[in-house]
Amino acid sequence: MFDRDKWQEIFSTIRKNKTRTILTGFSVATGIFMLIFLLGAGRGLRNGMTSVFAQDATNSMQIFGGRTTKAYKGTPEGKRIQMVNDDFLNLKKSIQKIDAISAMSYIPGAETISYKNNFGNFNVSPVHDTYKEIKNFDIIKGRFLNQKDLDEHRKVVAIQDEVKKVLFPKETALNKYININNIKFKVIGVFHQSSFDDNSREIYIPITVAQKIFNNNDHIRRISFTLNDVSVEESQKIERQITYKMADRHNFSKEDKNALWIQNNIENSQTFAGLFSAIEMFVWIIGIFTIVLGVIGVFNIMMIVVRERTKEIGIRKAIGASPGSVVGLILMEAIFITAASGYIGLIAGVGLLEAINQFDIIEKVYAPAAIYFLDPQVDLGIAIGATIVLVITGALAGFFPARKAAAIRPIEALRDE
Amino acid sequence: MIRLQNIHKSYITGTNKLHVLKGIDLHIKEGELVSIMGSSGSGKSTLLNILGLLDNHDEGVYVLNNEEIKSMSETKAAKLRNNLLGFVFQSFNLISFKNAMENVALPLYYQKVSRKKRNSLAIEYLDKMGLKEWAHHMPNELSGGQKQRVAIARAMITQPKIILADEPTGALDSATSIEVMDLLREINQSGITVIIVTHENDIAHMTDRIINLKDGVIESIVENNKINHTESVKIPLQE
Ligand SMILES: Nc1ncnc2c1ncn2[C@@H]1O[C@H](COP(=O)(O)OP(=O)(O)OP(=O)(O)O)[C@@H](O)[C@H]1O
Ligand SMILES: [Mg+2]
Repeated sequence: MFDRDKWQEIFSTIRKNKTRTILTGFSVATGIFMLIFLLGAGRGLRNGMTSVFAQDATNSMQIFGGRTTKAYKGTPEGKRIQMVNDDFLNLKKSIQKIDAISAMSYIPGAETISYKNNFGNFNVSPVHDTYKEIKNFDIIKGRFLNQKDLDEHRKVVAIQDEVKKVLFPKETALNKYININNIKFKVIGVFHQSSFDDNSREIYIPITVAQKIFNNNDHIRRISFTLNDVSVEESQKIERQITYKMADRHNFSKEDKNALWIQNNIENSQTFAGLFSAIEMFVWIIGIFTIVLGVIGVFNIMMIVVRERTKEIGIRKAIGASPGSVVGLILMEAIFITAASGYIGLIAGVGLLEAINQFDIIEKVYAPAAIYFLDPQVDLGIAIGATIVLVITGALAGFFPARKAAAIRPIEALRDE
Repeated sequence: MIRLQNIHKSYITGTNKLHVLKGIDLHIKEGELVSIMGSSGSGKSTLLNILGLLDNHDEGVYVLNNEEIKSMSETKAAKLRNNLLGFVFQSFNLISFKNAMENVALPLYYQKVSRKKRNSLAIEYLDKMGLKEWAHHMPNELSGGQKQRVAIARAMITQPKIILADEPTGALDSATSIEVMDLLREINQSGITVIIVTHENDIAHMTDRIINLKDGVIESIVENNKINHTESVKIPLQE
């Protein structure tokens, strides 16, 4: 196999029959190129979608108050369910699997936020410090809200990088004071969050501060929490548990689906995972098909090669080539061509993915799609696996033609036409 | 060197059976220069192919270099061909994408001789054929006579005991034919057994012994211009 002379013999054959070699290699190279590119693109799509949809931790749930659609114990339908701080505290205590939990209230009126002469409309969300464990964001500068901010009712704010760009186009934001409804808040952190809404511009302030100075009540708009490794079934059980508890507290029917809105990301992410597996499987099927076609191409061409080389093989046998060496010659050529062209396809596929990544090609071609595409990579295992599969299929593609070649009898090959 | 007794060979094509060799008895001694003659279709090539282990005989005894040739594996036959025999064909049978030197060197590749050594040997043999300057030319750049000399060099490079030539001059003009025959005679003089199949009388008369084939049997053997009849040359297997 690693006989240098044998390889030299094969290379000299390949070199002197370039067209044939290129034709053979091309189909395989395209096959593996397609597989790698599709797999990488599929992975990129998955990464992109995940980062967009998983701005909320995939093990999180959110509860919103709704409106009843069923009359219950004398209360007519259409009652608004307003969650309050007690609901939050109660859930925090009673649901054991909860990891982090945060409420979110709201501030009424126009949310014009300004710093010096810069201003804009941003979404101000009053939350608990624990919110950072529920929402996936990257702190770029400073920190997020902490327990002390909430306990001491500090007028502090964490702003999204997009907000920073508007309010502080030329200066640092940290420790500056911005106006929220004419009340000054000190910037303690800047963060980045990926979102499918390109225009998201978020500002977070302590919920305690908002309830005291803007609302003067203990209303909350939603409760978010994460759960420690629970299955989808468990999460659905917790969902029911919450509905029952809240139905009790707010006097609505347990069967009323609209009194309370619960967004179960555990369930949702499973659905997404299913979708992505389906996409990935689809990609695999296409990729494998192209490779199979490539291998059939190699097989066909090797069959033609054997026919074309009948005379040459006859000559080789007459001057002392054993059937084994003839098999070797054809087989190794097939393996070499598949492996080498497969490698070229591999490099081309990985190269294209890299280029897309490096030069933000999707951003340039169609910007809105760019956030759905992230890190299109093929992992090393798949690349190596594909190469091994290729060498094996190359051997298979060469095997039958090689056997046919070995069976050629020298006189048959040498008979003058 | 070669001993044939009652060799039969038939070709089966479809439902037809063509009996080509019908009992050949022949003894060729080491160092002989023999020609096989006969009309087209008389079985000359068939006989030569059997002698060259390129084909099997159906019946009879064939002893080559003191070894009886029975049905043997292709690998063993290939090895014997490589070590013992050299072939020269009417249509040269050079490998078209290899240059003269590589063609000559190829049999040594199958003897696992290193590339460097076999190439330098190939050049040496080409030099003997007066073709040193043509070593790096491709076969399609050579004349018929040159091609045949390359083929002879290729047959010679393994230092075989027997050279089998099937109409080596069949594709050459008469002057070139004489050159090639001179070469083969020279080779024969170095002790190698040479067996030539030919149509041409003057070529045959340049050999020591002419075996005339007709309809699959040896009609006569002409030795030094003396005619012996087949019956008289039946040779016992044991000497
Ligand atoms: N592989 C084969 N299959 C079937 N028939 C064959 C085969 N090879 C040869 N023959 C037949 O056997 C007979 C003898 O053929 P052979 O080639 O030995 O003749 P030859 O004496 O060499 O003739 P020529 O002078 O034309 O070369 C011919 O009739 C030929 O058609
Ligand atoms: Mg013939």
